[in-house]
Amino acid sequence: MSILIDENTNVLVQGITGRDGSFHARTMIGDGTKIVAGVTPGKGGQKMDEVPVYNSVPEAMKAHKIDVSVIFVPAPYAAAAIKEAADAGVPLIICITEGVPVNEVLVMYHYVKSKGLRMIGPNCPGLISPGKSKIGIMPAKIHLQGNIGVISRSGTLTYEVVHALTTNGMGQSTCVGIGGDPIVGSGFIDLLDLFNQDANTAGVVMIGEIGGEDEEAAAAWIKANMKKPVVGFISGRTAPPGKRMGHAGAIISGGKGTPEAKVKALEEAGVRVANTPSEIPGLLKKKLG
Amino acid sequence: MNIHEYQGKELFASYGIDIGPQVVARTPQEAKAAQEKMGGTVVIKAQVLVGGRGKAGGVKVAKTAQEAEQKAKEILDLTIKGLKVEKVLVVPAADIKKEYYLGLTLDRFNKKLILMMSASGGVDIEELAVTKPEEIIKFPIDASVGIDKDGLDKALTQVFEKPELISQARDVIQTMYKMYLEKECSLVEINPYGYLANGKLQALDAKVNFDDNALFKNPEVEAMRNPEENSADEITAREAGLSFVSMDGDIGCIVNGAGLAMATMDIIKLFGGEPANFLDVGGSSNPNKVVSAIKIIMNNPKVRGILINIFGGITRCDDIANGLLMATKQVDITVPLVVRLIGTNDKEGREILQKAGIEARTDLNEAVKAIVAAR
Repeated sequence: MSILIDENTNVLVQGITGRDGSFHARTMIGDGTKIVAGVTPGKGGQKMDEVPVYNSVPEAMKAHKIDVSVIFVPAPYAAAAIKEAADAGVPLIICITEGVPVNEVLVMYHYVKSKGLRMIGPNCPGLISPGKSKIGIMPAKIHLQGNIGVISRSGTLTYEVVHALTTNGMGQSTCVGIGGDPIVGSGFIDLLDLFNQDANTAGVVMIGEIGGEDEEAAAAWIKANMKKPVVGFISGRTAPPGKRMGHAGAIISGGKGTPEAKVKALEEAGVRVANTPSEIPGLLKKKLG
Repeated sequence: MNIHEYQGKELFASYGIDIGPQVVARTPQEAKAAQEKMGGTVVIKAQVLVGGRGKAGGVKVAKTAQEAEQKAKEILDLTIKGLKVEKVLVVPAADIKKEYYLGLTLDRFNKKLILMMSASGGVDIEELAVTKPEEIIKFPIDASVGIDKDGLDKALTQVFEKPELISQARDVIQTMYKMYLEKECSLVEINPYGYLANGKLQALDAKVNFDDNALFKNPEVEAMRNPEENSADEITAREAGLSFVSMDGDIGCIVNGAGLAMATMDIIKLFGGEPANFLDVGGSSNPNKVVSAIKIIMNNPKVRGILINIFGGITRCDDIANGLLMATKQVDITVPLVVRLIGTNDKEGREILQKAGIEARTDLNEAVKAIVAAR
C-alpha cells in the first residue's frame, strides 16, 4: 500500500502542451504513471504523444475516469486551473506551479476544502509512490519501494533525504512534497494522519524549514496521535531573520518561524531531529528497532 | 517587497486614509525648508527598510529651522543595521492624546487574514505580543467572505472607547483591507495610529509589505521598489534569475533548490565554516546561470572558497558542469573550489569536469568538509 496514489491512479495533466507540462508528462509516462488525459484550452482534439488533449477539465472528465489532476500552468493562471479542477470534482489536485499569488492560493485553499477535495501545493515537486505512480517532477530512479513515508516542504532537499534512505536500503511507501509557499493545500498534519493509517508505512521522515508554525503544530499532533516513529530535519538554521530564503514561506518574521522553536517542539514530541540528511537513515533505524 | 514609511503613507493617502502633512528630505537643507514651511515643532524620521530606527537615533524632534537642519544632518549621517540613511521624513509634531495599533496580515496557521488592534500602540508589536498579549485584540477575516461587520464592531469596542473613534477606525480598517487585497500586500500596519487633540485618528507611521509572487499584477507597486532593500549582488542575482541572499561568512555556495541551499549552509556551519551567501540556481539547466552565479560570488572579496552542490532532478549535472567550464573561461576563480554532483546526468557531468581537471564529489558531507578545510 501507499497513500493517495498507487498503480491504479488515473492522472490528468492541466497545461499538458506547455514546455514544462509536456516534458514532465512524458517523464511521468516513462516512469509508469497512468496519464490518461491532458487539458489545454483551445487545443482540444489534439494529442500529446498518445495522450488525448481536451479544452477543459469537465470535457476530460466526461471521457475518462480521473483520480488526480496535476497542474503545470503558469502562475498567473494557476488559481483558475485549480478552481476548474475543483469545480469538476477532481478528488486530488496537485499544483506544481511556483509563484502563485498568496491571496489567490488562500481563496483556493478554502474553495477546494469546501468541496470536500484535497489539494497539494502549489510550488511543490508533487508526490511519488515508488514502483507504482509518480505525479510530479522528482527523479524516479533515486527512489526505492518500501515502507518509509516522507513529507517535505522542499524539493531537492527531499531528493537528498530519499537518496540517503535508498542507499541505506530503506525504501519509501510514498514521498510527498507539500510545497514551500506560506499557504499550501495540505500540511504536515494532513499527511502524517494518512501515513499513520497506512498499514504499509512503518515510519515517517518529516522535512521542515524556517517560517510559519506548521512544524510546531505537527509536533503537537504527533505527540497526541502518532503511532509510528518520526524523524525530522529542519533547514535554514543559519538563515537571518527578515530575509526570504528562496521559498516564499521560508522567512523568519515577527519572531515566528525560528529553527530553534521548531527543533525544540519536535524533540519534545519524541521526534529525533537530524543535523544532516545523512543522519536520517540511522536515526530512523534506531527508532524502528 | 518592503517599502519606506513615506511610500506607505503616500499609498494610504491615495486610499483616503488621513496621514497629515509630510515632506521627504534628502539633505539637511531640504529638512530645514520643510520646517520653515510647516512651522512649529517637527519630527524628523530616518527612512530605512529595517526596524529599530528609534533606538538607533533615527528619530529626532526639532523646534526651529536651524535645529531641523542640524538633526536631519545627524540622521542622514547614520548607518542603521548596515543600511545608510539616504532620506528623512519631516512631519509636524502632532498633539497626540493616545496611540493605537492597527495591523493586517496573513495568519498562515489558520489560513485567514488577521486584523490586530491594540489600545497600547506606539511600541513594538512583537514586544507587546510577548509582554502583554491580552492587550492585542485579534480579529480573523475570511478573504472569500469579507469582513464580518457585526463582529468587527464588537472587536472595535474592545479597543476604542468612544463611538466617534470607532466609526473612524472602522472606515480605516475597511480601507486597509481593500488596499491589502488590491495591492496584494502581506502586511499593512499603522503604528502608531494616533488619536489627536483635534479628535481625529491619524496614521502616524506606515509599514507595508507586498507578496513577491503577486508583483506582476501591480506594476505601480513594483515601481516603488527601493534598490537599497537588496545588496548590489542581490540585485544582479535577481536580474540573472537567481535567488540570492548575502551572508557574512567566507564560503560561497551555489546550490539547486531553496531547501537544499539552506541545508547546505547549515551543514557548512555544522562543520565549522560560515556561508557567504544563499544561492539557488533554480530548476532550469541554463549554463549561463552558473556563469552569473560564479561572477556574483567572486565579486565578494570575503569569499575564500566556493562550494557547488547540485542534486540533479530537472537540473542536469552535465549542464551545470558545462556552465562551470564557461565560467572558468570568463572569471578567474582564485579561491578553492569544491563540486558535488549527483542525480540526473551526474556521470556525464563528472566526465566533463574531469577533462578540465576538476574532480566532482558525490557525498555532501565530504564535500562540505573539503571546502571548510581548503579555505
